[in-house]
Amino acid sequence: MIVEDVLCPFCGCLCDDIKVEVEDNQIVSVKRACRLGGSKIRGHGRIEAPLVRKDGELVKATYEEAYDRAAQILLDAKRPLLYGWCSTVCETHKKGILLAEEVRGVIDSTATVCHGPSIIGIEEKGLAGSTLGQIKNRADLIVLWGANPAEAHPRHSQRYSTNSKGKYTEEGRKGRKVIVVDVRATRTSKNADKFLQIKPGTDYEIISALRMILKGKADLMPETVAGVSKGDLEEVAEMMKAARFGSLLFGLGLTHSRGRYKNIDNALSLVADLNTHTKFVVMAMRGHYNVTGFGQVCAWETGFPMAVDLSRGIPYFNPGETAACDILGRREADAMMVVAADPASNFPKEVVRGMADIPVIQIDPFENPTTFLSDVVIPSAVAGVEVEGTAYRMDGLSLRMKKVVDSPYPSDEVIIENILESVRRLRDDN
Amino acid sequence: MKAIMISGRTLGQGATCEAKTSPEFFKATSFCSLSEEDYSSLDLKEGGNVRVATPFGEVVVSARTDDGLPSGMIFIPMGPWANVLVGPNTGGCGTPQFKGVEADVASTDMLVKDVRELFGDLVEEKRRETS
Repeated sequence: MIVEDVLCPFCGCLCDDIKVEVEDNQIVSVKRACRLGGSKIRGHGRIEAPLVRKDGELVKATYEEAYDRAAQILLDAKRPLLYGWCSTVCETHKKGILLAEEVRGVIDSTATVCHGPSIIGIEEKGLAGSTLGQIKNRADLIVLWGANPAEAHPRHSQRYSTNSKGKYTEEGRKGRKVIVVDVRATRTSKNADKFLQIKPGTDYEIISALRMILKGKADLMPETVAGVSKGDLEEVAEMMKAARFGSLLFGLGLTHSRGRYKNIDNALSLVADLNTHTKFVVMAMRGHYNVTGFGQVCAWETGFPMAVDLSRGIPYFNPGETAACDILGRREADAMMVVAADPASNFPKEVVRGMADIPVIQIDPFENPTTFLSDVVIPSAVAGVEVEGTAYRMDGLSLRMKKVVDSPYPSDEVIIENILESVRRLRDDN
Repeated sequence: MKAIMISGRTLGQGATCEAKTSPEFFKATSFCSLSEEDYSSLDLKEGGNVRVATPFGEVVVSARTDDGLPSGMIFIPMGPWANVLVGPNTGGCGTPQFKGVEADVASTDMLVKDVRELFGDLVEEKRRETS
């Protein structure tokens, strides 16, 4: 059986044209997906059964034992951290936020080690946004800043941006100009008409220089800015002004570099300035397929998109204080629940040390370094392959993920519901 | 050699990141890319490893060249090896220093730890805490 138009549960592109061949409930081939998505959909070794740590070692347990142990850990904790969420669907996010509220925990997503500063910048400045469809159909200039979609979002260029063909962009790449700004040459920069190679940590200065040129203040500028010649900057500014529909797509190179959310704030201001000359839009190249979705659900449930502290009984948001790395780094969290993420691999090791001496609950289909440090491990079905649900593409479009095969494992939504029930029952028993 | 370290996604890292205990993930993420010039200056033996140290930690990884990198900049794919070196300071935004960390790079005869060895000290601590 061929399942058509499957959505890919890997990156924020959320490609919706994947063909998956299924025989006897097994995936035998995946067509049209990139290397990243194909690998995830085809699947690989799973955590076979729930595990609970006894006398220092993880041993097999039943789901019921694992739910009760997880619930007891959350109930015993004064400052539980519920983290992850971005490789699963919005239905799970909703239950996770409810659980966080009931145990008065802090809930945070992988956004805080990804485009978190971008979100803060957008909150400061506002965003001249668009859908990927608008960019595909209209953009005649694509600026990629600190982004390498050739490796991180491999089908982005063909489907939505530099090389895509749309209603008013029939010529595809030939009819567009492409500017790449990065600290190193990449596969993405090879596709550029103009590659602006800048020094690490100088994005803010370069953006400010472009804004000065656009405001007609070029005569006040020095001959080089952060090592880039004024001539190069004037050329880039001219290309931006000359566009009929420009699109600035930025990656972690901008948001993780010195300046962080201030870089984004300045980039959004650059786009606002450009809109006095022409039409210009801006978008963050979001990583995990549903990191945007967690931001949406968390914002409509709590008023904030990530790093929400619910210990006061009302939502409190202050990244730098309430984000996962801050709370673990200060050794403040006294228990952690990880859902559809791998902080042990993706946080700085100095921060991960904080996971070694507190109880950790993991809900995930796959073994990873977070498993090594967990005290309760609950295997789940793969959302978007074995479970359907809602996910948000990087441009904020909500799409329905398909179920392609049946799973012997419960969904993470069901697992969280069960933990929530155990929390309520054990609390009442006391 | 002094360098600025950046970490980030690669195709290989992305294709293997849901199988972190696999040899493919190890191959895709436990290396450091350097410019041709910097690679030559380190006087590495064939297949030799480098020890990368930052104020936050040090790690041994294999070395390779990347002609896209300018001299003085190194790249390590995002993942547990890079994150030994990443700074925990979140700068008030919740996000650690994944890019732009000052590092010292030197050739070494030491071997690259596999993913379980890399977490060996923390797993041992967890065992002690829960025994």
